Amino acid sequence: MKAQSRTLLEVEGLNIRYPTPRGAVEAVRNVSFTLGREKLGIVGESGSGKTQTGRAILRLTETHARVRADKLHFDGIDLLAANEQTMRRIRGRRISMIMQDPKYSLNPVMSVGEQIAEVFRVHSGAPARKARRRAVEMLDSVRIRDPERVYRAYPHEVSGGMGQRIMIAMMMTPNPDIIIADEPTSALDVTVQLQVLALLDDMVSDNGMGLIFISHDLELVASFCDRVVVMYAGQVVEVVDAGALHQARHPYTRGLLNCLPRIGTHGRDLPVLQRRSSWAAGISPRNRHA
Amino acid sequence: MLDVRQLHVYFGRGAARNHAVRGISFSVSRGGCFGLVGESGSGKSTVLKAICGLAPNWHGSLHLAQTALTQKRGLDFCRRVQMVFQDPYGSLHPRHTIDQILAEPLRIHRFDDIKTRIIRALEEVGLDLTFRFRYPHQLSGGQRQRVAVARALVTNPEVVLLDEPTSALDVSVQAEVLNLLARLRRERNLTYVLVSHDLSVVAHMCDRLAVMQHGRIVESLDIDKLHNQRPSHPYTRQLLLASRGYDRKTIDAFKDFD
Repeated sequence: MKAQSRTLLEVEGLNIRYPTPRGAVEAVRNVSFTLGREKLGIVGESGSGKTQTGRAILRLTETHARVRADKLHFDGIDLLAANEQTMRRIRGRRISMIMQDPKYSLNPVMSVGEQIAEVFRVHSGAPARKARRRAVEMLDSVRIRDPERVYRAYPHEVSGGMGQRIMIAMMMTPNPDIIIADEPTSALDVTVQLQVLALLDDMVSDNGMGLIFISHDLELVASFCDRVVVMYAGQVVEVVDAGALHQARHPYTRGLLNCLPRIGTHGRDLPVLQRRSSWAAGISPRNRHA
Repeated sequence: MLDVRQLHVYFGRGAARNHAVRGISFSVSRGGCFGLVGESGSGKSTVLKAICGLAPNWHGSLHLAQTALTQKRGLDFCRRVQMVFQDPYGSLHPRHTIDQILAEPLRIHRFDDIKTRIIRALEEVGLDLTFRFRYPHQLSGGQRQRVAVARALVTNPEVVLLDEPTSALDVSVQAEVLNLLARLRRERNLTYVLVSHDLSVVAHMCDRLAVMQHGRIVESLDIDKLHNQRPSHPYTRQLLLASRGYDRKTIDAFKDFD
């Protein structure tokens, strides 16, 4: 395959700015990356713009924000110029996003199984009974015990970890080309977390999907993803191959790696990240383009 | 300091009764840090709730410094045993300032010089005094968790129960909060019971830990034994493997323990 046809998503010079009474906040500044049929990690602390980047791809940024990009292309479609109708056809079916908080992403007055079945029905036009069967299968595939019972449960009746798995099942149902997973496994137990990641891994290797995995857990991203984009204060500080992450040079990347507790660090203080303003290239978050 | 013997905890009654904790025992000496690890639903947080009196339907024996605890807890107990909750977004009153949040326990326990104590508590957890009259929504997650720690420590407790104190925080902020908790334990000779699903957090903080599953302790071990990679129970070994990150071969070998 030619290198070009393998690229699913191209992001070049993405800027997101929120106007506020006290001047504009630059949430994302000049972010560029490409996504092929691979697992791409986006890592950074909260507020580093990783979620904003993910949302901008689906044009889910809040309406008062200004989104600019030199290029935001998915499969030949200019996502910034596309009309709402085109976007609706892309969202969910071709690019889907697993949101961080299942509590706010699930419909509280509809059973979780029906919500998954609905996704399948809408995107594939399958009859209700088939959609129901598919929903139960999906629940089973994200390692939910007793999927028939959970199918009938409402979002308030399931735990946070289960809610997250339900979200993942729902987003995987239409077999999209790209999944943007925003901290999809942070509320899960370690073993379940890894099992769910294995599932996403299968979708990348079997279906040729592209995965954008947003996380603050650098260690996990290093072991799971192919490439990692490290973000700080809305900017990309470096892009590294996941295997080479431990040799990363940037002090921010090193800081994020070092501050993790490990088995064997017992009794010692953890090195705390010392942030330097020079990492943000001299631009303080509020100012400049005010 | 804290001794738990054959603790059973129940929620609900009749047919809907849920036997959440099924006869667990452990003890923590003064100044020690004991960790409880397990998946969600294993009953680890329920143990903390039973200790601090938030889950009254229990039997077995609970001793705090050789004194047996009953279902009803007095004011003195509440001063000596404090808890830090998992979610700093939900555990602070949204319409109280940090000053009010920290003053409430002091007023309940009839402390004097409340103002000085609040200022000292903020300094101890590394929060600038300008935070004193702010509201929780004006603070970041890490700052809020510092407030929650300050609130727990403001009454000078001896035992602090920590329920996933850093799971809602970024890794960089987690390091700061873990360092803070470790420093406070050293300085004040506090006794901690730390609950977490993250084995590396527990291994970093605790001297001894127990692995829980379905309301039971499957294995208790010293931290050295964990370091030497010698846990005996397969579930503990699986947790240990999982804490090393993503490795496809390992994951495919994972078992469900029922």
